Amino acid sequence: MDEIVRDFLVESHEGLDKLDRDFVELEKNPDDAPRLNDIFRCIHTIKGTCGFLGLGKLESVAHAGESLLSRMRDGSLKLNPEITSALLSLVDAVRAIMGNIESSDGASEGDADYTALIAKLQRLMEGAAKPAAPPPPDGPMPEVMVPVYSAANVPAPAPPAPAPVVAPAPAIAAPPPAPAPPEVPRHPQGGGAPEPHQESAVSESSIRVDVGLLDKLMNLVGELVLARNQVLQVSSRQGDTALTASMQRLNLIVTELQESVMKTRMQPIGNVWSKFPRITRDLALAVGKQVRIEMEGKETELDKTIIEAIKDPLTHIVRNSIDHGVEGPEERIAAKKSPEGCLSLRAYHEGGQVNIEITDDGRGIDPARVLAKAVQKGLVTPEVAARMSEREVVGLIFLPGFSTAEKVTNISGRGVGMDVVRSNIERIGGMVDIQNRVGRGTTIKIKIPLTLAIIPALVVTTSGDRYALPQASLLELVRLEGDAVRRNIEFVQGAPVYRLRGNLLPLVYLSQALGVPATVPGDHDEVVVNIVVVEADGRSFGLVVDTINDTEEIVVKPLGKQLKGLNVYAGATIMGDGQVALILDVLGLAVRAGVLTGGRVRNAVEAAQGAVQPSAQRHSMLLFTVGGSRRIAMPLTTVARLEEFRSAQVELAGGAEVVQYRGRLLPLLPLSNLLGGHAPERRPEDPLQVVVYSANGSSVGLVVDEIVDIIEDSFVIHRARSRGILAGSAVIQEKVTDILDIPGAISAAGLTLFEENAEREVPS
Amino acid sequence: MNNRDQRQLCTFFVDGIHFGLDVLSVQEVLKYQRMTRVPLAPKSVSGLINLRGQIVTAIDLRTRLGLPPRQGERLPINVVVRTEEGAVSLLVDEIGDVLDATSSDFEAPPQTVPTASRALLQGVYKFESRLLLVLDTKRVLAEGRDEEPLHS
Repeated sequence: MDEIVRDFLVESHEGLDKLDRDFVELEKNPDDAPRLNDIFRCIHTIKGTCGFLGLGKLESVAHAGESLLSRMRDGSLKLNPEITSALLSLVDAVRAIMGNIESSDGASEGDADYTALIAKLQRLMEGAAKPAAPPPPDGPMPEVMVPVYSAANVPAPAPPAPAPVVAPAPAIAAPPPAPAPPEVPRHPQGGGAPEPHQESAVSESSIRVDVGLLDKLMNLVGELVLARNQVLQVSSRQGDTALTASMQRLNLIVTELQESVMKTRMQPIGNVWSKFPRITRDLALAVGKQVRIEMEGKETELDKTIIEAIKDPLTHIVRNSIDHGVEGPEERIAAKKSPEGCLSLRAYHEGGQVNIEITDDGRGIDPARVLAKAVQKGLVTPEVAARMSEREVVGLIFLPGFSTAEKVTNISGRGVGMDVVRSNIERIGGMVDIQNRVGRGTTIKIKIPLTLAIIPALVVTTSGDRYALPQASLLELVRLEGDAVRRNIEFVQGAPVYRLRGNLLPLVYLSQALGVPATVPGDHDEVVVNIVVVEADGRSFGLVVDTINDTEEIVVKPLGKQLKGLNVYAGATIMGDGQVALILDVLGLAVRAGVLTGGRVRNAVEAAQGAVQPSAQRHSMLLFTVGGSRRIAMPLTTVARLEEFRSAQVELAGGAEVVQYRGRLLPLLPLSNLLGGHAPERRPEDPLQVVVYSANGSSVGLVVDEIVDIIEDSFVIHRARSRGILAGSAVIQEKVTDILDIPGAISAAGLTLFEENAEREVPS
Repeated sequence: MNNRDQRQLCTFFVDGIHFGLDVLSVQEVLKYQRMTRVPLAPKSVSGLINLRGQIVTAIDLRTRLGLPPRQGERLPINVVVRTEEGAVSLLVDEIGDVLDATSSDFEAPPQTVPTASRALLQGVYKFESRLLLVLDTKRVLAEGRDEEPLHS
């Protein structure tokens, strides 16, 4: 049987078992919307998947159920016993068809006829208001699903052979000799039909173990390692050769055990991705598009729980990208793109997190359409909508019940998707972000914390404590001895720096950053400085530690809630000697030490909820000063480059200041002229700080006094009353900062080149 | 007297004061364990201990209750309590007996108890020989995060 089919069966079996429970619960409490959503998603997933696998019968049954559930979900239909029974028969029917698929090795869905059930589901959907017939007292049990599980059929999947539990393989290799054809006897009534609890052969091939149990195993193995270490020490003191020999064997076994237990939890992400080429192909065919799929970082290992949790979200994203993102060949050619769309998947470890990016080169998300849809669906009020930024608008697609597809297709467009994606990712503490380039594609970036992952880390010591530094943020190690220390560490206004291949590397003393007393070197100690060069958010700095110990594979464990607020730590781990060591979060450390300023978005919820409460949002801003001390900020997204020119390079063209820049003339706009304040005296040799702003192929250089910082923080922008040079002001880093309105400033300066397009230019 | 009126309390001493916790919320009592300090943490967090592969935060009850620091050579004892977010260890001076208490002997904390620690108490059991203060575990652990970090 095709592996993809087998996976589908195993998953669906689980889903169906849960559905039975969910329906029963839902009947007790018909207003339980989250549960209804769960049920809907489950059926939706089954339907979607069998669409790809060409299981037409199963798909049609599931589709009918889904449509009915969809009505219930939007509230136009209330659950009643009749509907519940019908839906339960649906579950049974799905199970029956899957049983057939399994026993026929994927060849057939069985001969049973489900048109009656489908008709019934449709009738229920079309209106509970006009009951076609008096509802049968004990719930209508359509004949259709019963026969498959007639008593005659039950023993079939359990072959008499005393198959040892430990050898599950044959169950698949050689299916039971006589899986009774499911459609044999038609039983008149279903009352006595046994619950279909025969375990499927497929699910027997692997055992599903509670992850909690694996956690426990891992902890126990850790303890075993420690106990072994202690016994090892005792045995080496005893000098008993027999004991030592046994100990060595024990030693090896424990090590192997530890590795195996760890392995049970780790899987390469390629396991999930392996489904995608086929999904992509089938889906692209179905919607008449050409899509190529590229994968990078297949071997990136993820914890089992994380793999499980991202499987569905990833599938949804891939489907969405193909269905909504990538255009048809004609449209692509019209847009001067290659007719074949490209979907690329990339996974990598970064900054102690696992990043997964799904990029398509399609049409991107049209904010106007998203907004219109959201207003139409009542997800946002028009007043709120008017105030939303583009980023917030794009974030709306994460709201439940949102879908821009004009018509409901088999593939997508039911409003299931991005909300599921987000809730599943957030459940494991991750975040989802969308980078949208209208007309050029969309990148969905998923960041998953490595809470459970095993990562390589460098262990360092400072002030007597050991800390682990995730290898991912490490660039290089520098060791300075004796004279080199004095020669190479210099100070810029009291801040220590090190010249690393000609570039100044800011130094952060770990002990200082953590506020612990530094180790005082003894008189006879050689003066040694160990610098760990690390990178956070694209900027590198040197972390000075007492000792660099070794690299180790560490298991990241979360910190208790009392310590959750400390962003300098990514977690803790247990070292070989049983002691706890803290794992440093390089980014948090950089922020704390002032290497970077501002926080970072820790949580996708914040980003997405910004859409609902647009008062204090996160902005990435470039901060600079103009006219002496005036602080001005502009959105980072509008900044093309930061350049430094010599004043001598400034020339005049048509009475305006320009510089020659990349083979073109870059008009300069000295902001101090516009905003008032005294412009500092410029000498020919002084550098000129220029922020290059580009739009629609033309650029302008905004001349500022000094670039202060790049921040990402949340603050409220107090909008200016009228449109002008400034868009408003805000309190940034505890100082009042004006926000520049670039198109406004350009037209105020009388520069004409942007007048046509400036209004439409939206920073993406 | 029915079971509801009776509860068993795991008792311990901090700065000579007799405290108690519901015995069911206590996972285990351990002798002093080596700890890893956590720089920048709230000052009541003494450090992290390795409890059979689980990382457990140790909270010093003296600091938490605003009592004077522990003097001398004596090492504190870990009272590991279960919480919804995993185990947390409370560092105490000395462990006492498990005592049976009846609700008729229970009273709200008297007003004379300093406000800071009163908020962390469920109430007081009046025993013949002395009083037993019952800690509210949730508050003891929850409010830890509001404390000012030591070094900022």
